[in-house]
Amino acid sequence: MVFYITYIIVAIALFGFIALFTLFAVYSERKIAGFVQDRLGPMETGKYGTLQTFADILKLIQKEFITPSAADKILFGVAPVVIFVAVFLGFAVMPWAPGIAPAALHLGLFYAIAIISIDAIGLLMAGWGSNNKFSLLGSMRAVAQIVSYEIPAGIALIAAVMVAQTLDMQEITRNQGIGTEDTLLFLGLWDVSDIGGILAWNVFQAPHLLLAYVIFFIASLAECNRAPFDIPEAESELVGGFHTEYGGLRFAFVFLAEYAMMFLVAMIGVVVFLGGWNTPLPNIGVVKLADWTTGLAWGILWTLSKTLLIVGIQVWIRWTLPRLRADQLMALCWKVLTPLAFLCMALSGIWRVWVIGG
Amino acid sequence: MFKTALQAFITAAKGLAITLAHLFGARRSRKVLDVRKADYFGNQEGITTVQFPKEKMPIPEVARYQLDVEIDDCIVCDLCAKACPVDCITIESVKATGVIGKTSDGSVKRLYAAKFDIDMAKCMYCGLCTVVCPTECITMTDQYDRSMTNLAQLTYAFAEMTPEEVEEKKREWTQFQAEKEAAKTK
Repeated sequence: MVFYITYIIVAIALFGFIALFTLFAVYSERKIAGFVQDRLGPMETGKYGTLQTFADILKLIQKEFITPSAADKILFGVAPVVIFVAVFLGFAVMPWAPGIAPAALHLGLFYAIAIISIDAIGLLMAGWGSNNKFSLLGSMRAVAQIVSYEIPAGIALIAAVMVAQTLDMQEITRNQGIGTEDTLLFLGLWDVSDIGGILAWNVFQAPHLLLAYVIFFIASLAECNRAPFDIPEAESELVGGFHTEYGGLRFAFVFLAEYAMMFLVAMIGVVVFLGGWNTPLPNIGVVKLADWTTGLAWGILWTLSKTLLIVGIQVWIRWTLPRLRADQLMALCWKVLTPLAFLCMALSGIWRVWVIGG
Repeated sequence: MFKTALQAFITAAKGLAITLAHLFGARRSRKVLDVRKADYFGNQEGITTVQFPKEKMPIPEVARYQLDVEIDDCIVCDLCAKACPVDCITIESVKATGVIGKTSDGSVKRLYAAKFDIDMAKCMYCGLCTVVCPTECITMTDQYDRSMTNLAQLTYAFAEMTPEEVEEKKREWTQFQAEKEAAKTK
């Protein structure tokens, strides 16, 4: 019985975190957008506009549920839930600190990329159910894009998994720091098992994973429908894309899912490539920085700060780069990222067999 | 293909550097707000937003915004109302029995301004009314920020006569006319 209560509390805590993160991320996104464009962003609600997103969500909660009369009522109503739940379930396997993960699955990474794919079904439901040409076009684009970009993203992750030799996200993280039982080699040359820090992260253990991370990062931008890959919700041509007909709390859920997705893909990247909850500070002789900065609170701090940094980069990219055309999008995926991801996978095999040794 | 992609990455990096510079440049605001200053266009860094009701852009003294009428100088010639392309000026006059005074530039006033309304909601700030005015009593001022809660408040009434006075002046005029008629027929 206590077991189930713990599950529910963990789920509620995660939901609360995602909601708070979304409020914070929307605010900071608007501020960063403002600064990049030499504007100030929201300034009126609260000091420096800090209460703006709280006011926004209060407004969205109060609004009426409007279902277009021509819409498919069931699909239209269920879609936001499917979209959000798909992303929310992905958080189940994310490791936050040593020994702290909502669910420690042996197939954690596989589960995460599998459950995120369900998002595409939700988007298609939303677009089809709205019975609106803009929504349908938007969701078609979204599905085409997400399905395509899952391939380079998945293969880039596999390249890292081949080096790490496990799909358990907690295990992948442990093998990138001083907590490991294996020998970790910086660039395949120098034993850093006891030094840890940034030197032991996967991207520095095997340098080709840096390329794999870049591929994963670009593909993950496409998977969360963010600029420069935001053609599914291209405002200038599709009104709002698949969420054109949504309003009120349903729209809030679609929005929540989008920001939760940003955090989730950033976190997957951090866990698989950038050391997860491991500290970036190495042990230097008697100055045991890595030993001192490893622990429960430190783990959560490192996970959060690394992930928020990546989310910050996503926002920065959104306000810099223009949208890609549909054909350029597909060309980038199939002609550049996928071959490079395969190259990374091949290099990982060679690395595992010849450099690390079986 | 890879060459194009590489080129894309290089240009993307350049763009990211530019936006990052602007992001950190946003710590300060642009200081020179006055477009008349020589270095106005040389000043390209920092926030451009002017937080309007709290801070205002400097405007010249002779700025041409909302209309104002010096009713004592008005000879009620109705030229401004005729010149107005959007018909936002409504004038009603009452004839006087004699000369009622002079304007500050010496023109003789023979009409009472019973009504002189300008609907600022309609006004398009073309300034044609100020051009045609013979006594220069209608001018554009540097006032631009007058928000009203009621649309009717945007109709500025410049006439200073009360309805009673208007009635009285009308009665005087009809009486004067009647007397004149009477004198003619005699």
